[in-house]
Amino acid sequence: MENMKEIVREYVIAEYVEDDSEIGFDTPLISGGIVDSFSMVSLKRFLENKYNISLPDDEATPEAFDSVNKICNLVNKFLNK
Amino acid sequence: MSHIGSYDERIKNFDWSIAEKELDYKPGNIINIGWYCTDRICEMGKANKTALIWEGLGGAEKSYTYNDIRIATNTIGQYLRDIGIKPEDRVCLFMDKIPELYLGFLGILKTGAIAQPLFSAFGDESLFIRLDNAQTKAIITQKKHAPKVRKILDKMPYLEHIIIVDHDPSKPLGPKEMVMDLEKLPKVDKFKVHPTKAESPSVLHYTSGTTGQPKGVKHVHYSLISQYLTAKWVLDLHDDDVYWCTADPGWVTGTSYGIIGAFSNGVTQCVLDAGFSAEAWYRFMEKHRVTVWYSAPTAIRSLMKAGDEVIKKFDLSSLRHLASVGEPLNSEAVIWSEKVFGKPFLDTYWQTETGSMVITNYPGMKIKPGSMGKPFPGITATVIDTETFEPIPEPGKIGLIALKPGWPAMMRTYWNNEETFKNKFKNSWYLPGDRSSIDNEGYFWFVGRDDDVINTGGHLVSPFEVESALLEHPAVAESAVVAKPDFVNMEVVKAFVTLKPGFVGSKELDLEIMNFVRKKLSPLAMPQEIEFVDSLPKTRSGKIMRRILHAKEWGLEIGDVSTLEDD
Repeated sequence: MENMKEIVREYVIAEYVEDDSEIGFDTPLISGGIVDSFSMVSLKRFLENKYNISLPDDEATPEAFDSVNKICNLVNKFLNK
Repeated sequence: MSHIGSYDERIKNFDWSIAEKELDYKPGNIINIGWYCTDRICEMGKANKTALIWEGLGGAEKSYTYNDIRIATNTIGQYLRDIGIKPEDRVCLFMDKIPELYLGFLGILKTGAIAQPLFSAFGDESLFIRLDNAQTKAIITQKKHAPKVRKILDKMPYLEHIIIVDHDPSKPLGPKEMVMDLEKLPKVDKFKVHPTKAESPSVLHYTSGTTGQPKGVKHVHYSLISQYLTAKWVLDLHDDDVYWCTADPGWVTGTSYGIIGAFSNGVTQCVLDAGFSAEAWYRFMEKHRVTVWYSAPTAIRSLMKAGDEVIKKFDLSSLRHLASVGEPLNSEAVIWSEKVFGKPFLDTYWQTETGSMVITNYPGMKIKPGSMGKPFPGITATVIDTETFEPIPEPGKIGLIALKPGWPAMMRTYWNNEETFKNKFKNSWYLPGDRSSIDNEGYFWFVGRDDDVINTGGHLVSPFEVESALLEHPAVAESAVVAKPDFVNMEVVKAFVTLKPGFVGSKELDLEIMNFVRKKLSPLAMPQEIEFVDSLPKTRSGKIMRRILHAKEWGLEIGDVSTLEDD
């Protein structure tokens, strides 16, 4: 889980952060305006590719993507299925 | 009682001089939007009235009276004048929805310069194309967006100033960079507003077309007349209203009705600068007791998706009037809003080029869910035949929406592109590029675009621009971009791609290309789906037939394929 958090955090920083803002595991990503709803599609695709899972649209909501911790909880839910 | 009263009575005796009189404007006088939105409201005795309530991330909040925004816009105007900004110079605003965006817009107008707002999520390529077209002299931005400007700075010798509003003093400034910290600048109480006239240029908004680069839509200060009156009659803004326009001023709704319409009517408006979440939006409206809410179908459908239960947690009884813009509002959304908010969203139709609402629904007029409504008084609108360009007399028959030019907020030209501007007119009608029908009661019913432009979440994306960006990716040989249906955004971008020898389509390449376009252009332009194909349908002369790919995505008849290249 810790490794997954780091991987997701690093990806978010590399892909969506323009300046040197700090991103923590609980930093609001969607409601914080770091990842917009259109960009969320590419973040979802990254997670699906990386963890070989399929995240249904009704679970991949802005709320479920709102922090690294929440994203990892969602991914784990589908990893364990 | 609504401001418009009876629509039928209003259209009988309408003249734009109604707005001119209310604004104490006489033809030939000075007219400056910056002054009308700030100084004039103060002179009307509302200096201490709250003009802007802003809420940002983590609950940060700022509030400004009309006197505060008068002084702040004076201060910005003086700052710009001191660094050499002259009337009609283009000054770009490249910021999130922070107070400096709203204040900067009006400050620029007070100097007589032209405000060029650009969506802050634009990537460096999108930014460059628009700055280069306008030969922009200064850009006002935030430290988080400055890296995108730095990346293209060498290609823009005309850009003299990069003005950062939230600079971190522990970091060095780059070439041409300077700081404009409103908290630290000496406040300017008296400022000589530039004496702009009706036809003086005011705003340059960029919009996308099917072919060619984005076009700079030039507006003038006289646009105020119809922006003021449509805000008053359609949004029904009253003195005691708390108004929330959810649009970003990087797009025309955010300036015409998120700044000009609201402030020229002297109302209190709220701004939420945070990403979308249903709870956050409802909480915001409850907290600020929002009465008039102007939003977009994409947001409304996202709220529908979030469910009705969440609404019950909030007291939204302050809401009295709802309106929508950006793309057609489906009837389900109108019916849903009546169910959960007790009132319908009123659809309003207009576009960057029209500058203000042209066909819309009105308080007090019968609403037909799914209809665009009727022309605003003073606007002559019809649908015309696609071949003859003559009005279609039969109700229900589909044609091109056509508007008689001449209302105050209509664009004056496309920046450096008079030829494309002229091509927007046929048989003395202005054609917005949309198709609709008119029913036997005069209501307009939207059908769709008349071109390949993709309307995603209320924003227009040019397939040409996305295709051009795709071709810059090392793996892409050819590309064709079309709209794909989407429940929330109405349409999203889909790309069909052929690959160069040595490349193989894969999940990794798919994501890499998506991110490539997102960073280069914008998240809106990023293909949400990429289909790797062996070849693209082409005419015998080699032109890619987007229409075939579009028809497949929408489950439509493919139509005439006689010009299709043989396999």
